[in-house]
Order: sequence, then structure tokens, then C-alpha cells
Amino acid sequence: MIDVIDLHKSFGDNEVLKGINITINQGDKVVVIGPSGSGKSTFLRCLNCMEDATSGKIMYHGVDITDMSVDINVHRQKMGMVFQHFNLFNNKTVIENIMLSPVLVAKKANKKLKRAERKSVREIKAQKREEALALLKRIGLEDKADAYPSQLSGGQKQRVAIVRSLAMNPDVILFDEPTSALDPEMVGEVLDVMKELAEDGMTMVVVTHEMGFAREVGNRILFMDDGKILEEGAPEEIFESPQNPRLKDFLSKVL
Amino acid sequence: MGNFEVKWEAFTRAFVDYGGYKMVLEGLQNTIIIAVLGLIIGIFIGIIIASVEVMPKYRVIPRILDKICQVYVAFFRGTPLVVQLLVGYYVIRPLLGLSISALGSCIIIYGMNSGAYVSEIMRGGINSVDPGQMEGGRSVGMSYLTTMVKIVIPQAVKNILPTLGNEFIALIKDTSIVSFVGANDLYVAFKYIGTNNYEFMVPYLVMALIYIVLVLIITVMIKFTERRLNRSDRRH
Repeated sequence: MIDVIDLHKSFGDNEVLKGINITINQGDKVVVIGPSGSGKSTFLRCLNCMEDATSGKIMYHGVDITDMSVDINVHRQKMGMVFQHFNLFNNKTVIENIMLSPVLVAKKANKKLKRAERKSVREIKAQKREEALALLKRIGLEDKADAYPSQLSGGQKQRVAIVRSLAMNPDVILFDEPTSALDPEMVGEVLDVMKELAEDGMTMVVVTHEMGFAREVGNRILFMDDGKILEEGAPEEIFESPQNPRLKDFLSKVL
Repeated sequence: MGNFEVKWEAFTRAFVDYGGYKMVLEGLQNTIIIAVLGLIIGIFIGIIIASVEVMPKYRVIPRILDKICQVYVAFFRGTPLVVQLLVGYYVIRPLLGLSISALGSCIIIYGMNSGAYVSEIMRGGINSVDPGQMEGGRSVGMSYLTTMVKIVIPQAVKNILPTLGNEFIALIKDTSIVSFVGANDLYVAFKYIGTNNYEFMVPYLVMALIYIVLVLIITVMIKFTERRLNRSDRRH
């Protein structure tokens, strides 16, 4: 589904990614691990062009989305992202956070229909609201629908953020250290939602420091250091019999 | 102080009996109309300029827009407001063949002037919004413009509301020069009252008091809205 071809990224003179090649298939749960500063977050952010690649290609469903003439917004609608700091819209309620983009997309699609087949804006909003409520129910936060993000705990915010990206019916969701900014007792509730997503067959790319989660949920582990993928494999291979000395060193520190 | 009593009597006669209060009310009305509409136009222009300034400048069009905005801001911040009034009313208006009243011209020029200042305030407001808000919007496939309009600018406006209040006060005070192009304001009204018997002491004293009271009222209103906004922030 996503083909990364010789991806390079520099910030000024600092080369952060030094040639990444990888293919992510439908249903993959790719977990990216590595020491901080290894470029794993930058790699993830390049996947949906949150950072523009310096060179190389990112083929998403056969389209090179690093090409400036491509409408990136259309592709991002099918490529969710969950951030370390949640990035919920502070001026919108929980339900509005979830509905906002789906309603805009539905309105746009609606305009392309023949006049007789069109729905009213009210109908679209009601339908998207219902879908959003169903998603909130799934994470047990339906009673927070009309709360503002400032009224939620970190764990609740992150679960809402996951649901917000889920509301777009994405083909893949990118997780950028989703539990790093959370209090320890809230990590579990977020990981549980992610595990549930994984069981439902969602394609996921996860940058995380949660090795337990990587082992349990990931079907492919990427070890990155110094802007390169140094080792790739199934969780058993990576965690039981690491080959690369730097991976061995990393694992001895974090496990 | 016997002298002052005479002056006060002359003032009240001109104010009440000769219909001076009507002019004062008209002047007060014009002052508020110019300041309110000017600020609205100013906020509108300011948001547009600030949005252009913070836009990513990979492409040519944003860069050209940015240059235009820079020239605009440089002009309106670099020349006195009186000059802008005179040029706008006596140069631009006839050149373009517009038939706008003096009051209308003042509203437009004050709005354009205020736009240059509001843009600076607004840019600070936009920069004060967490960049994560923009990323959050872009990550669900909304365009830069949509995210700006629906997410970033509403939060920016909330952050700068107190500063906008100061801009409003500045506008109120600046309206005291609209008589340069023949619009009626408080100054014109009190000059008329004073001219009745060439006693200007009391009229101009009352004029100063009216400005102070006006500004104090607005200050209290700003404080009030500020407190209400802070309350809505503490919604934990």
C-alpha cells in the first residue's frame, strides 16, 4: 500500500533520513523502534508529507504523494495520524473534533451528485454525528461528546484523537509516539484502543517506546538508528535474536 | 471663580438653548460609528494580511501577496493618520471619481489604517496558537485555508481580544481629527458651542471629560469580556 523509495530528509545541513526503502502492505502492523534522534518520527511524518521529503518517493496506492502537484489533502483523508501531543482542536467540542473533517468531505462529495440525489447539510451533519457518537461509544467516552478537550485527561484526549482519525475511514493510521506524553496510568487505556484497532485489521505504522506493545501487536519491527533502517523482522527475530550490534545495545538498555 | 460661573452659564446656554447638545450627540455618534466600523474593517483586513504573512512561501503567489501586504503595512504605519485622511479624501477619492461622504471616507481610511496595526496583533495571535493545531487539521485532510479559518484563527482571535480592545480605544481617540476632511465629531461640536461667545474653556474641558468617560467605559467592558474568557478557559 505504501512504497517508500530511497527517502532522504534534511533539515538544513543536518541529514536526518539517509535513504529509507520499505514497503508497507495492507494489514501490516509496523512498529518503528530506535533511540531518540534516530529519525523515526521524521520518517513517520514524511509518510503523509507532514514533512516534505528532500528526495525520494512515497508511493501511496500507486501515486507519488511527494509530488507537489498531487492534492495531498485527498490522500491524507485516507491516511490518519495520531500525535504525541494529541493535537485535538481546542476550540471545538469532542464530537465536533471528530465530525469536522468527515462533514466537510461529505459536503464536497454531495455537491458532485445530481441535484435530486443530494442531501441537505442538516442530514449530512446528523449522519456524521451519529457515526461519531458510535465511535465515541466504542471507546466509552460518549458522555464526553460535548466536552472541550481541556476538560479531558491525557488518555481520554488521545483516545478521542485516535477516533478522530478513525472517523475518516482511513486505510492506514500513523501513530507518532502516542503514549509518550501520557501519565503512566493512562498508557494502558490508549494501548488497549490501539490493540483493538489492530485486531480489526487496521494497517498501522507505530513509532513507540512501548516494547511490550511492539512485541504483542507488531507483525514487523523496524529498528532505526542514524537515519537508516538497520534491522527489520518479525518481533521474535528482533527481540529474541537481534543481529545488528546497535540493536543489541539498544535492546539491552530498554528491556 | 466668578469668572468661571459666567463661562459655565455661556456654555450651558449654547449647549442647551442653542441646540449645541444635538451637535455633541451627532459628534459622539460619528466617533463611535467610525471607531466601531473602522475596527471591524481593520480586523477583516488584519486577518487577511496576517494570514498571508504566516502562509508557507514555497510558491510564487504567496510571495507576491506577502510583498503587497508589506507595502500596505509600511505605508499605513509610516505616515501620519492625518496625512492618510487628507490624501484619501482629497486625492484618491476624486481621482477614482467616488462620491462617498466625509464620514464614509473616514470609516474606510480608519479601517484601512487600523488593518495595518491589527495585522501585527493578529500575526502574534496566530503565532501564539500551538502549531500542533495546524498539524491536527492537516492530518485529517483539511486544507491549509480550511484549518486556518476553522481552527487557528478562532483561537488566535480569542487570544488577542484584550489587545484588540486597546486598538479600539486608540481608534476612538484618533477620531478627534476627522474635522480635517469636514466630518462632524466632538471637536466640531464643542468648537461650535465655544464660537457662540468665544469662550472655549468650558467646552473643551467638557470634551476632554467625554473622551475620558468613553474610554473608561470601554476599558471596563474589555476587562469584563477578558474575565469571561478566562472563566471559559478553566473548564476542567
